[in-house]
Amino acid sequence: MFPKGTKRKFSDSGEEPVSSSDQGQAASSAAAARTLSSSYSLQRQSLLDMSLIKLQLCHMLVEPNLCRSVLIANTVRQIQEEMTQDGTWQIMTQALAAAQCPADRLVATEVLCRQTDAAAQAGQSPKPFSGDVETEVTMSTLSPVSPQLSSASYLAGPFGEQVFGTFEIKHPAPPPDPALEELFSDVDPSYYDLDTVLTGMQSAPKMGPYDLLESLSSHGPTALSSSSSCRSDLNELDHIMEIIVGS
Amino acid sequence: MMGAGGGNSDVQWCFSQVKGAIDDDVAEADIISTVEFNHSGELLATGDKGGRVVIFQQEPESKDQPQCRGEYNVYSTFQSHEPEFDYLKSLEIEEKINKIRWLPQKNAAQFLLSTNDKTIKLWKISERDKRPEGYNLKEEDGRYRDPNTVTTLRVPVFRPMDLMVEASPRRVFANAHTYHINSISVNSDCETYLSADDLRINLWHLEITDRSFNIVDIKPANMEELTEVITAAEFHPNQCNTFVYSSSKGTIRLCDMRASALCDKHAKMFEEPEDPNNRSFFSEIISSISDVKFSHSGRYMMTRDYLSVKIWDLNMETRPVETYQVHEYLRSKLCSLYENDCIFDKFECCWNGNDSVVMTGSYNNFFRMFDRGYRQDVTLEASRENSKPRSVLKPRKVSTGGKRKKDEISVDSLDFNKKILHTAWHPLDNIIAVATTNNLYIFQEKLN
Repeated sequence: MFPKGTKRKFSDSGEEPVSSSDQGQAASSAAAARTLSSSYSLQRQSLLDMSLIKLQLCHMLVEPNLCRSVLIANTVRQIQEEMTQDGTWQIMTQALAAAQCPADRLVATEVLCRQTDAAAQAGQSPKPFSGDVETEVTMSTLSPVSPQLSSASYLAGPFGEQVFGTFEIKHPAPPPDPALEELFSDVDPSYYDLDTVLTGMQSAPKMGPYDLLESLSSHGPTALSSSSSCRSDLNELDHIMEIIVGS
Repeated sequence: MMGAGGGNSDVQWCFSQVKGAIDDDVAEADIISTVEFNHSGELLATGDKGGRVVIFQQEPESKDQPQCRGEYNVYSTFQSHEPEFDYLKSLEIEEKINKIRWLPQKNAAQFLLSTNDKTIKLWKISERDKRPEGYNLKEEDGRYRDPNTVTTLRVPVFRPMDLMVEASPRRVFANAHTYHINSISVNSDCETYLSADDLRINLWHLEITDRSFNIVDIKPANMEELTEVITAAEFHPNQCNTFVYSSSKGTIRLCDMRASALCDKHAKMFEEPEDPNNRSFFSEIISSISDVKFSHSGRYMMTRDYLSVKIWDLNMETRPVETYQVHEYLRSKLCSLYENDCIFDKFECCWNGNDSVVMTGSYNNFFRMFDRGYRQDVTLEASRENSKPRSVLKPRKVSTGGKRKKDEISVDSLDFNKKILHTAWHPLDNIIAVATTNNLYIFQEKLN
């Protein structure tokens, strides 16, 4: 996955890899610096995505390994700090915020970006998934308050809501919506909320479409499973929901 | 008896035995999760992921074969822990045995503590080789006799029977840990022991199961502020008031229970300053200590982090007195090892009987020994290929540079699924137990 023998990888503290260059080679060095730093940024971003997925995969049948979660969370914090220092963090979050154009995607992202804020969530419209039978079936098995709320409300911790609420909303109609796919391909800023990650780890129960999460990681941090596998996991979700609701 | 000086230069290791299934398809329940000799070395206990404990006993040395120390054969097998379900959190509680610790022997029976993530149990292992015969009211098969047929009385006598080894749970220490128990350690007073989870350490009395005392608590008021967890803890071998615990940030804290009831304030903190040249995003992860062990003398302690073994003098907190690189060639592979989670593997380490040699495991079923006196180290392999009886183990080498010599293995050929996490050294002799995923290898010093 990563080129072998690359010494640089994550070895510096965030300064530009090339700090000095000969006058005569200024142009090529600068270009090399940009390439080197962009490859460093790419690898750093990739490490960040990988870490976030690892954190989400913690929620399985058995209680997550707290030591591992803390170490990964600390790594994410480190990356976050470094990216904040060189300004790339703000750029990234702004880009993600700007990507929310269609109203239907707004719903999903809005819910994700918030903490346990039932009032705010209640204000969201359930429109995007109204035409979808499967989703309606899923939604209707949840608590009757509102589709967004109900998808999240059964979970104990806020991070759990954000992670599993995400996938609940993500299970829509068969024809893959390119807009939705594009949304899913980004890592949402809510995932960067480490505080809720750690809080949620203690209280979040085990359920969740971890099959979906696993297929996520196998496809790499920036790709997502197709909606066909979403559909198969929908049955899993239904089953889990039945247990929760006690039907 | 050790070789002269116990130095590694004298010792050649031979294969002695291997226990466990031969086939490559490993059943999850058979994965060995802990290995421990008892205080005399006569008994060797293993725990597995299925919650079972298997105890091997060393056969007495036979006069016919003075070259060979006794073999270890199965002595007792029992199911220590069962899987449980935490209904409140909707989570399973694994039955995997995390640690086994023997109590010093006081009478004919043997006692050990075994623990999974949540519950510690005290087991009594006793032998029965006699049984009473000649009851007046019972037949030999147990049926009751009609009292009218009894005309004479006799005193029942003990007659020999086939040896039966019984394991019975004598104490269950439950409901004291919210987080996963990673360590247990019996105090030198033989009355108390500690159990440590990710955030807390509790002190127990062996006789009392419904009460334990919390002696360390590093849980922050706000869990969002959690950045460090406890990874291992151990009592000092001689001083019953002293214990240490290690953390995921590479620190070791030594605490004195006489100072206060809650030992949150350490008496000493051992930490080596970070090497700025080796700084990376993985620095903290690889500094996390996976095991801490006092030397038998109590003067030193050893810690294991991902890439190295460090020996600390208890009188010097600023840095270790010795550092041994276990597999430095992995430093350039940390990103891949992070991706496949190997970077979180928790390797254990152990001392030999006279504290002159230390041992720890690695990947590809390799394990490493470091002789502190002779400043030598050796890499050996636990594999079925080298398992002819009494065959001497050949040292292995991992090639780090470009040129790979004959018999060397390149880093990229290492099998990271074959990891040796658990090793144990006989307290008196040069006999070692090395656990691969589901097999237990016993190696002995070559005696002439």
